[in-house]
Amino acid sequence: MFELLGIPPQALFGQLLLGLINGSFYALLSLGLAVIFGLLNIINFSHGAQYMMGAFVAWMLLTYTGINYWWALLIVPLVVGATGVVIERLMISRLYHLDHLYGLLLTFGLALIIQGLFRNQYGVSGLPYSIPAELSGGTNLGFMFLPNYRAWVIVASVVVCFATWFAIEKTRLGAYLRAATENPTLVGAFGINVPRMITLTYGFGVALAALAGVLAAPIYSVNPNMGADLIIVVFAVVVIGGMGSILGAILTGFGLGVVEGLTRVFYPEGSAVVIFVIMAIVLLVKPAGLFGRTQ
Amino acid sequence: MTTQSETGYRSEAAALPVGTPRHHMVIFAVLFGLLLVAPSLLYPVFLMKVLCFALFASALNLLLGFGGLLSFGHAAFFGSASYVAAYAAKAWGFNPEFAILLGVLAAAVLGLGIGALAIRRQGIYFAMVTLAFAQMVFFFALQAPFTGGEDGIQAVPRGKLFGLIDLSSDLTLYFVVLAIVFGALLLIYRIIHSPFGQVLKAIRDNEPRSISLGYKVNRYKLAVFVMSAALAGLAGATKAIVFQLASLTDVYWTMSGEVVLMTLLGGMGTVFGPLIGAAIIVSMQNYFAGFGAWVTVLQGVIFVGSVLLFREGIVGVLAKWLKKPL
Repeated sequence: MFELLGIPPQALFGQLLLGLINGSFYALLSLGLAVIFGLLNIINFSHGAQYMMGAFVAWMLLTYTGINYWWALLIVPLVVGATGVVIERLMISRLYHLDHLYGLLLTFGLALIIQGLFRNQYGVSGLPYSIPAELSGGTNLGFMFLPNYRAWVIVASVVVCFATWFAIEKTRLGAYLRAATENPTLVGAFGINVPRMITLTYGFGVALAALAGVLAAPIYSVNPNMGADLIIVVFAVVVIGGMGSILGAILTGFGLGVVEGLTRVFYPEGSAVVIFVIMAIVLLVKPAGLFGRTQ
Repeated sequence: MTTQSETGYRSEAAALPVGTPRHHMVIFAVLFGLLLVAPSLLYPVFLMKVLCFALFASALNLLLGFGGLLSFGHAAFFGSASYVAAYAAKAWGFNPEFAILLGVLAAAVLGLGIGALAIRRQGIYFAMVTLAFAQMVFFFALQAPFTGGEDGIQAVPRGKLFGLIDLSSDLTLYFVVLAIVFGALLLIYRIIHSPFGQVLKAIRDNEPRSISLGYKVNRYKLAVFVMSAALAGLAGATKAIVFQLASLTDVYWTMSGEVVLMTLLGGMGTVFGPLIGAAIIVSMQNYFAGFGAWVTVLQGVIFVGSVLLFREGIVGVLAKWLKKPL
């Protein structure tokens, strides 16, 4: 078997795969953040908690009602997205006339509440969620063994990301959305209900986080803290990519996942911080982010 | 020329007048008097915890309330100073004053590095950048060989102040901590009311105009960031000596969130707000410790409540009623 820079190929491809998996979640989550930020101008700090809620609701559906993974993929984003709609209507909508920092503080408080409630109910040890039967097992690709579920996560994430990109950049509804991002007052004057659009956009961003949570449930153990640390890395991803472009958020997410995976092969000690180091370099070289527009 | 500012801006409720209002000095004096007798009523270790967090919140408030910069990563400075002081006192046998000083220095240097990068972005990006760098410091503390990983640095000796005063008694240590914290609070007060502080407020209120007036805005921002980091470090280092412990809790993002909550609840941009906020949150953690994760929920509820109903904070509301800056 050949070796690359002294690294056995199984290890290299294994870590690359892991990187792509992480990248899938970075992409889905930073995409949701970017969509919400585009219209609402707030950073949704509770995004990680809503991702965790997605995984938990999927687990509850399976455990309490026996509803399987495939239905969960459909139901969970709707349920969690609906809670997002309620939150936006009741709380976030009161803050639009204030400094954007208040939105960050509010959603941080919401994240604490959600995580605290789940921790009270389910403790901090993870709950298992088994891989659906259709996706168990794996495929031998010759140079590595590819678990089917992981392949599915990458494919599903890519499809969802590009569907979102298509909906925003190429459809009529997306055009309204982009117009409202540029100038909400003018779009409102054309007879479009901008506040409702804002509410639904927040719900959609939250639903994306919940969907990521369902996808993550069989890979990572379902526990109340699963989103808390992840969201900070996703923030760094967002700073690196800049939130100016949807495609940028997706590419940065996947790219940084792969970079993280490669770091784990060549310099394992640095894998936890490599994204933050890249963030520092990007801030020095291109402060607005790789795909960001200068303010 | 100068008479205009005498009459023109004093009526503004939000802006603190130039100079030091006498009632502030009275409040400081009363507070100091109360804290001198407090150990006869309350447990000194609890009081020292309140004092350390009051300083920590005031340091954040210097940056947030007066510089207008929301750092969501102040645990990095608090925690790293805590680790450095604990390590210096335990492994190198430093006297507590030098251990604390070294911790402050470490926090200031870290603040210079993180601040120089973070001020390249504004608003919520600034908050995200500071949070991300703080998480990097957390991972460093988790993995570095000298921080003790999950255990932290335990059984840090309190030592002898200046090699003379034995700090093993809680009461003796309390008065030392009181002196440190009060000195630092007066320093913060001095900074806020100096010409430097006035420029900071100008930048907070209208950055483009400050630039057009010729102020090198980024230098001011970096300077206040480093000061705030160093003062947060002083709080962290003192805390390490008091509790004889530096642990991962000190550098975790929850700590950054807590100190923001203290400042918000007490009143951003007020002099005494962070002290009240710290006292409330620390008491809450202390007395509700048995309720587990409900404390987190309650903190979240206070956060949401403060943002939605009560953005001026307790002292901010009080100042409005009294029509005096507090």
